[in-house]
Amino acid sequence: MAKETIKIENLKRQFTMGSETVHALKGISFTIEEGEFVTIMGSSGSGKSTMLNILGCLDQPTSGNYEIDGVKVKNLSKNELATIRNEKIGFIFQSYNLLARTSAIENVELPLLYNSKVTSEERRERAIKALEMVGLGDRLYHTPSQLSGGQQQRVAIARSLVNNPVMILADEATGNLDTRTSYEIMTLFQELNKKGITITFVTHEPDIATFSSRTIVLKDGEIMQDYKNHNVQSAAEQLAQLPVENH
Amino acid sequence: MRLLNLLKIAYKAIILNKMRTLLTMLGIIIGVASVIAMLAIGEGSKESIRSTISSMGSNMITIRPGADDRGPARGSGGNVQTLTLEDYNVINEKVDLLSNSTPVVNSSGQVINGSNNWPSSIYGVYPEYLDIKVVGLQSGSMFTDAEVKTASKVALIGQTVVDNVFPNGEEPVGQMIRFNNIPFKVIGVLEEKGENTFGQDQDDIVIAPFTTVQKRILAIDYLNQIMASAVSEDDAPEAVEIITEILREQHKLQDFEDDDFTVRSMEELISTFSSTSEMLTILLVAVAGISLLIGGIGIMNIMYVSVKERTKEIGLRMAVGGKGSDILMQFLIEAILISITGGVLGVALGLGATVFIENFLNWPTSVALYSIIISFAVCAITGIFFGWYPARKAAALDPITALRYE
Repeated sequence: MAKETIKIENLKRQFTMGSETVHALKGISFTIEEGEFVTIMGSSGSGKSTMLNILGCLDQPTSGNYEIDGVKVKNLSKNELATIRNEKIGFIFQSYNLLARTSAIENVELPLLYNSKVTSEERRERAIKALEMVGLGDRLYHTPSQLSGGQQQRVAIARSLVNNPVMILADEATGNLDTRTSYEIMTLFQELNKKGITITFVTHEPDIATFSSRTIVLKDGEIMQDYKNHNVQSAAEQLAQLPVENH
Repeated sequence: MRLLNLLKIAYKAIILNKMRTLLTMLGIIIGVASVIAMLAIGEGSKESIRSTISSMGSNMITIRPGADDRGPARGSGGNVQTLTLEDYNVINEKVDLLSNSTPVVNSSGQVINGSNNWPSSIYGVYPEYLDIKVVGLQSGSMFTDAEVKTASKVALIGQTVVDNVFPNGEEPVGQMIRFNNIPFKVIGVLEEKGENTFGQDQDDIVIAPFTTVQKRILAIDYLNQIMASAVSEDDAPEAVEIITEILREQHKLQDFEDDDFTVRSMEELISTFSSTSEMLTILLVAVAGISLLIGGIGIMNIMYVSVKERTKEIGLRMAVGGKGSDILMQFLIEAILISITGGVLGVALGLGATVFIENFLNWPTSVALYSIIISFAVCAITGIFFGWYPARKAAALDPITALRYE
């Protein structure tokens, strides 16, 4: 059996809004194995964002169990959560969240800055390697404003890879991109996944799900569907079928 | 996170907002520069007072009639007639700690040489006067004790008097001048001393034998002053005490009565003037300190703006593993870097201002190392103090909210 990267058991999350208690997650259980490419889908209000925050160790569940790479997250302090985020998770955001006026390589180095075990030479080396992996080996010193949206997201992906995380957590990572560019990005994700990197992709776009190996659909804080995708589409092929743009 | 990395981040943040940071620093720069310049002026005037007074004879003791540092209603020293030659003789005889002493009578009047005349002051003294005041002669010689005894009409004059009554450059020694219509033979010219710190021209003076001035010019039997010099500077305070005791006895003062004379050593004079200038320095530094405080508030303000502006960046840093303490340090170091850079620029500006003041305004200045060190320390503390709250606010942000912040 493959190693369990994520293990969630009866996870609940409640928020108190004034006198009302909102049950954002109402007892969710699933596991993600190493090497999986999972999309978590759901419309707004389904608990998707809450799920993402908890998966990303930015938030703690009210009850239930969450383990990442064998570490029980519950009852960890803020600083311990920060260390887990630093060492085990690679974040990718819809709006890229790159530091403005800062070169691609420095952006990619950022997570390693918070890891005192990594020397500055190693940091630079790993950042260059990560940028090469996403196809930006020739744009190391470009700042975000000198890069296209797709390239910026590639920098963000490189940043998520640089700390060798057990899982990449993407939040609507193609939401700001046009179809062609988002297929390019999905192609990259599929390539990374083939190399054995576990990816969890939170989205509300159904076509993104067709590129993943498994889909979990949330609705009103519960899992509505959890299915393996036996007919994984190749983003590269889809990209090739797109009509050639007229310039 | 390593300090070097934090410094790099802070440096970068500052470089990206050069103009804003510079304007923020301005408060600190002006504050530090004024502290340094003010202290330099204060120290400079203190030193110059000290050196002026020392040049007047640092072990000099002056005795004046009248309790001129007490009581609301009092006559000026000159009008009080409590000091007599008898007092002088007793002091001269009994106080072993004095090396030289002289009675002094003085009067102002017109110095006349032919058609040239000049208002000046005449001092009637003993020959010891020169040793007490530490004045030499440019030419000629001092009058003798015999000339004092016979009330000879001889005089020594200062350079200012020479310039004004002998405008054509003739040799004054041997010439006759008149002071208030009494003819004097000039027998010497005093060494030039220039202005003292209090702006008084020390060369605008005529010196004549004590008896001559007392009897022929003033026709009085009291003294305006007694001047003496202690054997050494250290003996001066004790000499002052002994003189006080003797004079109280001489004047038959009861225990409850205040002194009707004032004995002062130069040391006291120095501290009197120093304390005035110290007071001034404290006031100036307080003003400068306030501008430093305002500079600090400027830093706090800009740090708040910075934290607000970079909320999303803070969220990202937290998401990729930045701990609260990392974020706190990042902003704190940024604030400290701003204030210390401001401090460095301020020190430079302050030193520049000091050089300017010294050379163009001709004020005496003296930059004290401690003022630089203090300004620097204050800058660092200002940075920490005013950077702390905004930095803590940044560190306390919730990463989820910060990431979603637009």
